[in-house]
Amino acid sequence: MKFSLSWLKEHLDTDADMQAVADCLNRIGLEVEGIENPAEALSAFRIAKVISAALHPQADKLQVLSVDAGGAPLQVVCGAPNARAGMLGVFGPAGAIVPANGMVLKVAAIRGVESNGMMCSIAELELGDDHDGIIELPDDAPVGQVYADWAGLDDPVIDVSITPNRQDCMGVRGIARDLAAAGLGTLKPLGEVYKINLSAPLEGNDPAPNVRTDDEAGCPAFYAQSVSGVRNGEAPEWMRAKLKAIGQKPISALVDITNFLSIDLGRPLHVYDRAKLHGALVARKAKDGEEIVALNGKTYALDASMTVIADDAMVHDIGGIMGGEHSGVSEDTTDVLIECAFFDPEHIARTGQKLGLTSDARQRFERGVDPAFLDDGLAIATKLVLDLTGGKASAVTRVGQAPVTPRIFAYDTDYCSHLGGVDVAPEEQRNILERLGFSVTADWHITVPSWRRDVDGPADIVEEVVRIIGLDNVMSVPLPRADGVAKPTATPAQSLERKVRRAAAARGLNEAINWSFLPQKAADAFGGGTWSLANPISEDMKVMRPSLLPGLLSAAQRNMDRGASSVRLFEIGRRYFVGADGASDERATAGIVLAGERSARNWATGKAERFDAFDAKAEAIALLKAAGVATDSLLVMDDAGAHYHPGQSATLRMGPKNILAAFGTLHPATAKAFDLDGTVVAAEIFLDAIPLKKASGFMRPAFTPPALQAVTRDFAFLVAEGTPANDLLRAIKGSDKDNIVAVRLFDRFAGQGVSEGQVSLAVEVTLQPTEKSYSDDELKAISDKVIAAATKLGAVLRG
Amino acid sequence: MSDIETLQTELITAIDSASTLEALEAVRVSALGKQGSVSALLKTMGGMSPEERQTQGPIINGLRESITSALAAKKAELETAELNRRLATERIDMTLPAPDAPRGTIHPVSQVMDELAEIFADMGFAVAEGPEIEDDWHNFTALNIPETHPARAMHDTFYFPDDMARDGQKMVLRTHTSPVQIRTMTSQEPPIRIIAPGRVYRSDSDATHTPMFHQIEGLVIDKGIHLGHLKWTLETFLKAYFEREDVVLRLRPSYFPFTEPSVEVDVGYSVINGKRVIGGAEGWMEVLGSGMVHRKVIEACGLDPDVWQGFAFGTGVDRLAMLKYGMDDLRAFFDGDNRWLQHYGFNALDVPTLSGGVGA
Repeated sequence: MKFSLSWLKEHLDTDADMQAVADCLNRIGLEVEGIENPAEALSAFRIAKVISAALHPQADKLQVLSVDAGGAPLQVVCGAPNARAGMLGVFGPAGAIVPANGMVLKVAAIRGVESNGMMCSIAELELGDDHDGIIELPDDAPVGQVYADWAGLDDPVIDVSITPNRQDCMGVRGIARDLAAAGLGTLKPLGEVYKINLSAPLEGNDPAPNVRTDDEAGCPAFYAQSVSGVRNGEAPEWMRAKLKAIGQKPISALVDITNFLSIDLGRPLHVYDRAKLHGALVARKAKDGEEIVALNGKTYALDASMTVIADDAMVHDIGGIMGGEHSGVSEDTTDVLIECAFFDPEHIARTGQKLGLTSDARQRFERGVDPAFLDDGLAIATKLVLDLTGGKASAVTRVGQAPVTPRIFAYDTDYCSHLGGVDVAPEEQRNILERLGFSVTADWHITVPSWRRDVDGPADIVEEVVRIIGLDNVMSVPLPRADGVAKPTATPAQSLERKVRRAAAARGLNEAINWSFLPQKAADAFGGGTWSLANPISEDMKVMRPSLLPGLLSAAQRNMDRGASSVRLFEIGRRYFVGADGASDERATAGIVLAGERSARNWATGKAERFDAFDAKAEAIALLKAAGVATDSLLVMDDAGAHYHPGQSATLRMGPKNILAAFGTLHPATAKAFDLDGTVVAAEIFLDAIPLKKASGFMRPAFTPPALQAVTRDFAFLVAEGTPANDLLRAIKGSDKDNIVAVRLFDRFAGQGVSEGQVSLAVEVTLQPTEKSYSDDELKAISDKVIAAATKLGAVLRG
Repeated sequence: MSDIETLQTELITAIDSASTLEALEAVRVSALGKQGSVSALLKTMGGMSPEERQTQGPIINGLRESITSALAAKKAELETAELNRRLATERIDMTLPAPDAPRGTIHPVSQVMDELAEIFADMGFAVAEGPEIEDDWHNFTALNIPETHPARAMHDTFYFPDDMARDGQKMVLRTHTSPVQIRTMTSQEPPIRIIAPGRVYRSDSDATHTPMFHQIEGLVIDKGIHLGHLKWTLETFLKAYFEREDVVLRLRPSYFPFTEPSVEVDVGYSVINGKRVIGGAEGWMEVLGSGMVHRKVIEACGLDPDVWQGFAFGTGVDRLAMLKYGMDDLRAFFDGDNRWLQHYGFNALDVPTLSGGVGA
């Protein structure tokens, strides 16, 4: 919402300067977004008189002027046809910056003749579109004075952000009222501002226009008045200047009047050309399939939920949002109908959302205009039409009733300190409320003014009092603190996530945060996403991710494209599924991608090493360990997912069903889809599948190291090539649980000495004696069990 | 000179002149071996008379001891020399680089969330969570934002198709962390003190907006909580977070549908080396939205607003990170650029603690 300081002062009697106004606006909740003073950009431009004008010796269309800008005469080359001796204009000296194009004026030779600046056009100073010639000023303009000061352009424009609750401040007058309540000045009576007697109706003798509402829900009140015999020329300078100052283009007196009142009083109106209307003008629901070409030139398809204003022939107005092109006023308009209606805010919001159409009128109706301001609004509009375009007014048609039932409730002045934290004397509270337009009875029943739709209870009253008193007066009060030191607050799941995150970083992985949404194709390649946005910002950000890997792979690819030779990324975040109850099922997950080189080539080996699937496995196990999982007892099984290399991937499971992690080499097709060259390995830790530890106190079991030293025995077995090594290790470990405490594979060999289709697996078995050292017989017995268990798997002890 | 003395002299000379361990061993064998000269003398002691043994015994034993220790000393000397010779051949250029260990990092957003959890834990706030895919009721309606409310337009909501609706509620990507307020109030009894950090989404993308970002929500519901408590909480939190005592707040009245009164919070900054640094009051920037929880919201959660009242606040986690650590482009937060992560990321061991300071 923009307005100029002088505009504000039409309603507010105050000596306050711009800064005081801005500070006060911020203090009372009308946030100042910007202040611009057009005079600042024009401060170098002065009023100057052309002393003489002569033809340029080298150019037909140029003249050489001698200009008096308050000092010694200056030579200026000028191309404007209207430049002539004796005229007054606006001169920009060397060093001045031309607002329209940002050019810095310099002393320069133009076709061989020195020019010391420029005589300016309206367009060059961004004061209008006229660039046919240089500005011509009246003869009494003071030569040498700063032009902007003389022209009254030193009028800062304030841009205020109005929150959705404050429809009353969508007009300059409402803002003035708020400032007055905050003590910045006095609100002038409305009748005085418009020089109109609002207690006497402004009605003519012509018959009242034929309007009605058939849609009392959407348009509960429709007031209208006609004016005949108007001449729709330009609006007067004061109105045009105000509109221009806030960036609105003046169009014609009738259009400008409605635009002006919308800004000045927050009251949208519409003016129809009566010559274009046929029969009664009716507020009704649109019919499905009806269309309108709106004033913005676009065609809108309407439906039966939308309120429109139509006559016998067609729809003329999307009620409360935008008028139609057909019945809009033009230079030829002589008879007009002024509409001052009340549209239901919810209807306006829905229609506006559906049509994707926003306008000054919608912004105001949707917030809710003052329902008690139809008569005055119409009277002021009619007066302006009569004053500015002539003609004579008809009687007024008043159809329906705007919702003006007053809101009254009881208020306890103690609530101000109880909720607002600041003590304000009851009388002071009363004064503030009355200045804002509330009426307050002796026993503190409050009637809310009709223009404050947002206020509907005591908490709102506290807000009004506190914002006018100033939030600076609210003193800080510590929250009560529980006894003792702060208690731990993290849930087990939060602690687990923190541990995994820090463990991953400690292992050399870099934490990334990737978008939660993926392109459809990427989601499909990773099991498919169930949540697909109806209004994605782009097709690349459409489906809520079913896996963290696509985001990490894209990030890895971007890094590779930037020349990285090694990428170690991880992310902890959610995957999105649908739960049995239809709600979102969001599962905490850690994803890891390792791409490129595990180690760069170096002087020791001369070679770079690339990541392989076991790097992914190592990360998966390390992070599961950090999460408190006993990883030794996990099952290693297939089915990591189609995005992995089928022969170089696996899952880690706690029991055959509960998958805690998947890892492996990425499927070459997947890597290719992400434009990644070479081997890429990945792991996913399904944090939600990890059973959370129950708190069991801090006491650890007693430390009881074995009294006797452990012994190790080595075995080598031949097994069929496809036999999982882990099966052999588990079998051996289980062969004598009393004695075998660890089994470790230390060699795997195929080739010379091992027949085709077989591999040799060498295993170190650790035995822990308890009572006494092993005898040879005991060692032999254990050995036999190990061999028997291995043999059961088809393994053959190597001689 | 007796024979023994002569023998001793000869052996000592031989030991001294042995230049290798093998030569020394030969001397040892010649003296102390089974056929050795000293061994032969020792054997003669068996045939001596007691008187003779009394005089000769110490002499012969003395010979043996002196030869033994001379051998040991020479052996040690030769071994040391040998070791030194070998070590001299084992010299390595220690300026060669050691194997690289990759440096891992924690993302600034995670680090800041941990910092916030630590600070608010000291004020008695637990960390609450909620779904990012929310229903319309939790994201809007329960927060006093009905369907036609103009505030909805401010939110640039991402929607899911109607066939994903649940119990007639349209599903959306949460536009703020405020629905966690609702989930907390409907699932636990007051008094409540929580913060709720997490991802939020708005259909907005430019230099300073990304369609996904992070917010943190705070909620206190208790008896007799007022604006003064809110002001204190925010001041205390910001001072602790920025680890500066000169943090100054400016509260401005504002509007959020779910709070009444609503307060926007600006924090003062100073300009140091062309960068805005929190602290002082050379200028103001908006950092927080807050207010007293609206009665309708408390009612919607099944609590009695005449008994329970409190405040809520929300702010951007990414923004807090930028203000403290100086990043200036939000988009880079979500790009996964290794160079950026190495530059702005945190060491795994920089766990925020109150005793060690929450900042790193």
